[in-house]
Amino acid sequence: MTANGGAATAAPGGTAVAAARGVRAATPARRRRLGGWRAALAPYGFVAPALLLLAAFGLLPILVAAGVSLTDLDIGGLGHPETIRFIGLGNYQRLFADPDFWHALGTTAFFVVIGVPTIIVVSLAVAVALNMSRSRFFRALRAFYFLPAITAIVAISLIWGYLYNSQFGLLNQLLAQVGVGPVGWLSEPTTARLSVALVAVWRATGLNIIIFLAALQSVPREYLEAAALDGAGRWTTFWRVTFPLLRFALFFVTVTTLIGWLQFFDEPYVLTKGGPVGATTSVSLFIFKNGFSLNQFGYASAGSIVLFVIIAAVTAVQLRMRRSDDA
Amino acid sequence: MLEHRRPVLVVTGALLAAGALITSFPFVWMVTSSLKPATEAVSVPPRFWPSEPTLAAYVRLFTELDFSRYLVNTIVVTLLGGVGLFFMAMAGYGFAKYRFRGSGTLFLLVLMTLMIPVQVTMIPTYLILNEVHLTNTLVGIAAPTLVSAFGIFLFRQFMATIPDELLEAARLDGAGEMRIFLQIVLPLSRPIIAVQAVLTFIAGWNSFLWPLIIATEQDKYTLSVGLSLLNQQITVNPTLQMAGASLMVVPIIVVFVIFQKHIVQGFTMSGLK
Repeated sequence: MTANGGAATAAPGGTAVAAARGVRAATPARRRRLGGWRAALAPYGFVAPALLLLAAFGLLPILVAAGVSLTDLDIGGLGHPETIRFIGLGNYQRLFADPDFWHALGTTAFFVVIGVPTIIVVSLAVAVALNMSRSRFFRALRAFYFLPAITAIVAISLIWGYLYNSQFGLLNQLLAQVGVGPVGWLSEPTTARLSVALVAVWRATGLNIIIFLAALQSVPREYLEAAALDGAGRWTTFWRVTFPLLRFALFFVTVTTLIGWLQFFDEPYVLTKGGPVGATTSVSLFIFKNGFSLNQFGYASAGSIVLFVIIAAVTAVQLRMRRSDDA
Repeated sequence: MLEHRRPVLVVTGALLAAGALITSFPFVWMVTSSLKPATEAVSVPPRFWPSEPTLAAYVRLFTELDFSRYLVNTIVVTLLGGVGLFFMAMAGYGFAKYRFRGSGTLFLLVLMTLMIPVQVTMIPTYLILNEVHLTNTLVGIAAPTLVSAFGIFLFRQFMATIPDELLEAARLDGAGEMRIFLQIVLPLSRPIIAVQAVLTFIAGWNSFLWPLIIATEQDKYTLSVGLSLLNQQITVNPTLQMAGASLMVVPIIVVFVIFQKHIVQGFTMSGLK
């Protein structure tokens, strides 16, 4: 009993003590079961429900996707499984011959090239600025930048769709005040790409600002003081002392941002449905359209496997670069 | 000497405040527009404040449209997320406090699912749910995201810090394993549960892709799917749209203001651990 009491008081908070005391009232009969087969099975019981769900919706789908990608499964095949044919790599051959797929790859590449550097530079700059003072005012400002990150994408699409509206949208009305003609924010191909990307950047920076801020605040004060004593200016101190210490945060943000843009789906789906003339159809949207609008499950699965391979390869390259960077 | 000079701070603060205003302006515009009479929302030149604020658009959402049902469905889906939260806590505890055959491999499998993009799983998940007749059900909408590898990981990290002696003592006193979990481990894990609960709520409330795929009939739509339909109507009605958007966003803003610390902490952990 002494061991019990000691451990309970060592635990943080009073609830633990109360809880442990309640447990103490257990009957001697239960005590005998200690260490029996039930205890040996307990861990499996604890992890089973979550793992079964993860297996069903995390791992199994990969195998199903790989399998389905080798068949001609479509909506008819769902009702009549006997009509599904195995067509080997036919879907993949068709995919690589499909100009729409290449166009979607090119569009995704465009978004990656524009989006990744923009998000990183903007979030790092805002984080550095926010970190310049610990005053209440600066801390209160953080919330405003973070808000878009936790807002529903559908609501965001409606709000921005309204702002972008070519007839009565606020943006064009403001431009009209200074005599600039109406801009087809979502109707002109290149402009539409940039408009859609802008919304995604707006939504993604909040989270990355928080990550950079956390990293900036963990930079030891002594380092900065030492640099200042050595007569280093702020600019030099930032690039020579702070920036190298942000390497992990920078790496993390780069990897997740890159993966995010490779999977880019929400904004173009809700704002433009991939248009105009396919200008904003990313690979994810291409897969979604083929899967759920055209019901070509086999063909779409082949596309998703290709996307998966691209994402895995890009991530592997980055991990390797980081490793050589550390060495 | 580390403090910045005052003029520098004032200029930075002003720039940051301007950026914050621009960033949050779309939300302000959303709320003010939702309170305008229908004609004023499309007036040229635009008005910022409604001349006569009205809740007419909100009333329409609940009377002419089926938003009360969507709201109920969304709440059910969000509550189902609580079941997932409990499963994740259990699994986190299992991995944190027991050594058992295969635990290493199983945990690796858990982490592996983090790398699989949703675009790969959406079609097979639909096929799997179709196979078990869960398409067009609220359970089917919640199921694919009920458990996340990341949630299990966070629970494991936190629960590993609970002293073993405490659990051993309870065992010596004859407490069953489930009882130890419910009465000792869960109360001690309140901080991580708070973080996870808020994140689960936000994710459930906002989720769009799965409801869109799984809900095939109106009576199973969530707010997000119902809202996306407002975008497809032939005659665009911005006031109605902004009222619907406010209905989705304002509760999240309220949750954010109350639980800001938990949310920021949760997202930071998701970033750097």
